[in-house]
Amino acid sequence: MTKLESKIPDGPLEKKWSNYKATQKLVNPANKRKLDVIMVGTGLAGAAAAASLAEMGFKVKSFCYQDSPRRAHSIAAQGGINAAKNYPNDGDSIYRLFFDTIKGGDYRSREANVYRLAEVSNNIIDHCVAQGIPFAREYGGTLANRSFGGALVSRTFYAKGQTGQQLLLGACQAQSRQIKQGNIEMYPRMEMLNLVMIDGRARGIIARDVITGKIERYSAHAVVLATGGYGNVYFLSTMAMGANVTAAWQSYKKGAAFGNPGFVQIHPTCIPVHGDYQSKLTLMSESLRNDGRIWVPKNKEDAEKIRKGEIRPGDLSEEERDYYLERRYPAFGNLVPRDVASRAAKERCDAGYGVGNTGLAVYLDFEDSIKRLGKDAIEAKYGNLFQMYEKITDDNPYETPMMIYPAIHYAMGGLWVDYELQTTIPGLFAAGEANFSDHGANRLGASALMQGLADGYFVLPYTIQNYLADEINTPRFATDAEEFDAAEKETSEKLHQLLNINGSKTVDSFHKQLGRIMWEHVGMARNQDGLKKAIELIRVLREEFYKDLRVPGNLNDLNPELQKAFRLADFLELGELMAMDALNREESCGGHFREEYQTNEGEALRNDIDFAYVSTWFYKGDEKAPEMVKEILNFEAIELKQRNYK
Amino acid sequence: MKLILKIWRQNSASERGRFVDYSLSDISPESSFLEMLDILNEKLIMEGEEPVVFDHDCREGICGTCGMYINGRPHGPDELITACQLHMRKFSDGDTIVIEPWRARAFPVIKDLTVDRSALDRIIEDGGYISVNTGNAPDANSIPVNKEHADLAMDAAVCIGCGACVAACKNASAMLFVSAKVSHLALLPQGRIEARERVHKLVARMDALGFGNCTNTGACEAECPKGIKLTNIARLNREYYRSRIF
Repeated sequence: MTKLESKIPDGPLEKKWSNYKATQKLVNPANKRKLDVIMVGTGLAGAAAAASLAEMGFKVKSFCYQDSPRRAHSIAAQGGINAAKNYPNDGDSIYRLFFDTIKGGDYRSREANVYRLAEVSNNIIDHCVAQGIPFAREYGGTLANRSFGGALVSRTFYAKGQTGQQLLLGACQAQSRQIKQGNIEMYPRMEMLNLVMIDGRARGIIARDVITGKIERYSAHAVVLATGGYGNVYFLSTMAMGANVTAAWQSYKKGAAFGNPGFVQIHPTCIPVHGDYQSKLTLMSESLRNDGRIWVPKNKEDAEKIRKGEIRPGDLSEEERDYYLERRYPAFGNLVPRDVASRAAKERCDAGYGVGNTGLAVYLDFEDSIKRLGKDAIEAKYGNLFQMYEKITDDNPYETPMMIYPAIHYAMGGLWVDYELQTTIPGLFAAGEANFSDHGANRLGASALMQGLADGYFVLPYTIQNYLADEINTPRFATDAEEFDAAEKETSEKLHQLLNINGSKTVDSFHKQLGRIMWEHVGMARNQDGLKKAIELIRVLREEFYKDLRVPGNLNDLNPELQKAFRLADFLELGELMAMDALNREESCGGHFREEYQTNEGEALRNDIDFAYVSTWFYKGDEKAPEMVKEILNFEAIELKQRNYK
Repeated sequence: MKLILKIWRQNSASERGRFVDYSLSDISPESSFLEMLDILNEKLIMEGEEPVVFDHDCREGICGTCGMYINGRPHGPDELITACQLHMRKFSDGDTIVIEPWRARAFPVIKDLTVDRSALDRIIEDGGYISVNTGNAPDANSIPVNKEHADLAMDAAVCIGCGACVAACKNASAMLFVSAKVSHLALLPQGRIEARERVHKLVARMDALGFGNCTNTGACEAECPKGIKLTNIARLNREYYRSRIF
C-alpha cells in the first residue's frame, strides 16, 4: 500500500517550526543562481513565493492564464486577513489563533501546519505594512482590526472591502521588482496543461500560449502549483470565470495525491441566484456580519407574502422576525463559522421561511447598525460592498435589507502536501488554496489570505530549499528530452480531440449540467443515495461530453471555448472524485454535511474514532478506481470536542 | 428585451476590423452585460460562427480584466462600475448597442474586443513598489500612519488597472493610472524614501511606451470605474516638480 510521509518535525508543537528551520538544508547564494523554479499561478501564494524566492537569488519562471499577474482571483477577497498580533488587547495569541483555526476546521487539519500558520501570521502583517499596503488605521495612526466568524477576538486586518486586492497588488509589485531585476521571467496568458516528470521527479511543464495557441515547454529544478481552488466545478460559484483545476488535476494524474477533495466551503453571504443565464455568484463579505443581523420572517404566511411582493421586509415588526442565528447560537450569534451559518440559512429556506422571489434567500439587515452608528460609519466600513450590491440587484441596502444565500466559495481540499508543502511527487510543491493543508473541513473567514501569504512569503521559500539543496549538481536541462516530447504529444492530442468532436452542445451547457449535479448532490447537504447517483450522472455526462461537444475555432488562435473545454474535461473527472470522497466520509464535519450523521439539534455529528484522517486519493488509471490512503491526524495539543458556538 | 448589437470584429492586430450587426431577443433586464454577450456567443456557436472574444474573469468588478467601449463610453453608461457589473436594466427594449475594444496606441488589439494592456505592467515594473525584501520588516505598528493619509493612499490604491482612463483620454494618456500608484506610495511614510526616484521612472516609462501626455480634460476621472480622483494627477505633478527642484 502507498505510504504517506507527512514529515512533521519532532518536538513540542511550539518548537516544531523553529527546529525545522534550524536544521533544514539551505542553498548557498552562488548555487541559488543556478536553480530554476517554475511558479504556476500569480495569486497571493504564487506571487509572494515567486518574489521571495527571487529576492533570495533563485531564478523563477512565473505563469498565469490572465493577461496580467495582478488579476489573479485573490484580488477579489474582500474582508480581511487574520493575524495573532493582539493589538486590540483582547486576549489573542498564537495559540488562540491556532486553536480557533483547528476548531473552525472541525478538527480535520494537521496541528503542526496550523500552528506554523498562526506563528507566521504576524510576520505577514509586518511585511505587508512595509510594502505599503494601505490597511485601515485608527486616528492615532495604529492599525485597525475587526472581527470575523468563529473568533471571539478582533484579529482581522483590512483595507476597506478590498483587502485581497491590496495584498495581491503588494505581492505583485514585489514580483514586478524582481521581474525588473531579471530574477523572474513572467509568462502571462500562458496556461499550464501538463506536468513533465523525469526519473520520478517534477522537471517541467507543458503550457499553451493562449494568444497564439502554441504549445510550449519549460523546464526547472522544481515546480510549484499555486493555482487556487476548484469551486468552478459547480459552474456557479464566487470564483473567477477562468479559475480551474487543470494544473492540479493533470499533476494528480501524474501521481500527486489529492487530499480531501470533498471538502468545499459554502459561503453564507452571497447574492442569491436569479436566473438560468447567470454566469457567476457574487460574494458579500463576511465582515458584513459584524454589523448586519440575519433574519427571516417568523411566520410562514409572512414569508409567503414577501415572496409574492405583497409586503416588504420593513413591514414586519421586531416580534415578527426570526433572528435565527442569534436564537440558535447566542454566544457567537451572527458570527458563527461559515458552514454553520450556511446550513442554518438552508434549513430556514427549506422549511419555507425563505424570502426573495425564489424563496432561496434570507435577510442581512443593517437597520440597527445604521441607527446605532449612523449611515456614515456604515458607509465608511462597507461602502464599496453596498455599492456592489446595489449595482447587481438594484436595491439600496441602506434602506432595505440585503438578500443573501449560500454559494460555493473555497476549496479546503486540494493537492496533498507534507509539512514542506511538497506533494507526493518529488519536486512538485503546492501552495495556497491549491493545497489541502490548513483549513480542515471548514475555513474561517480571513484565513485564506493568511494562508496564501504564509505559504508564499514564509513557508515555501524555506521548505523548498530542503529539496533544492540536493539539486545543486543538476545542471539546467533542455526541453528536448523524450519525457517532454511525450507530455506535449499527450496534451496536443487532447486538444485536437476536443476540437474534433463537432457535436451539438456548447461547453457551457455541459458545465451547467455538471454544476447542477454537484450542487444538488455534492453541495451543502449530502447523503449516500445522492452521492451514488451523482457518480452515475457524472459518468454519463462525461461520456456525452466526449461525444457531443462543440468547440468552434482553431487550435492556433485565441480560442476561449477551447480553453474552457480543456478545463471542463478535468472538472468532469474531479467532480466524480469529490463525490467518492464525500461518500467515503461517513460523518459530518465542517462544510461536509452528511444528512445521515447529525445530532438531534441538526448539528454536524463528527466521528473521530473512524474518520480523524485526511482522505488522500491516488490516481490509478482512467479505468481503475483511485486508491484512498488515510493520513491519520494525531492531536497532541488539542482535545477533540464537538464544536459548540452556543 | 430585444437588442441590436454592433460589435467590432477583428481577427488579429495586423488585420483590418469591422463592425458586425447581431440581433438578440429575450434578454432579461436582470442579466448582466457580459451574460448578454454569453448568450450571443452560445447562439453564434450553435449557428456555426465564431464567438466574440472578450476579456473577463472575476465578473465582480475587481480584477480589471474586462473593458470595452459600450456606446462610446468605457465600461458603458453606468457610473463607477466595470463592464461586468453593468446590467441590462440600464438599456431599453429595442436599443442598438455599439461595442468596441479599447482604442489606444499602447493597447494593440489582439482579437475582437481583446487588447494587450501589458504596457501597464511595464510601468509598474519600473518602480511602482517599495523596495523591501521579505523578512526584514519591523513591527507593523512601529511606524504610525496618519489616518487621513492612509485613507487617501487607499483611495488611490483601489485602481484595478483596467485601462479605462487610457481609453477615455483623447491623448491615450496613462496619467491617472500612474498618478494613482505614485500617490498611493508617496502618501505613506514607507513609500516616501523612494518617492523622488519613483515618480521620474514611472513617468519616463509611460512616455516611452507610447502613452500620450495629460492635458487636464478629466475624461479619465469621469470614466474611472473605481472613482480615482484627478487630484492624484495634481499630486503626481507636485511630486514630479518638487523632485526636480529639491
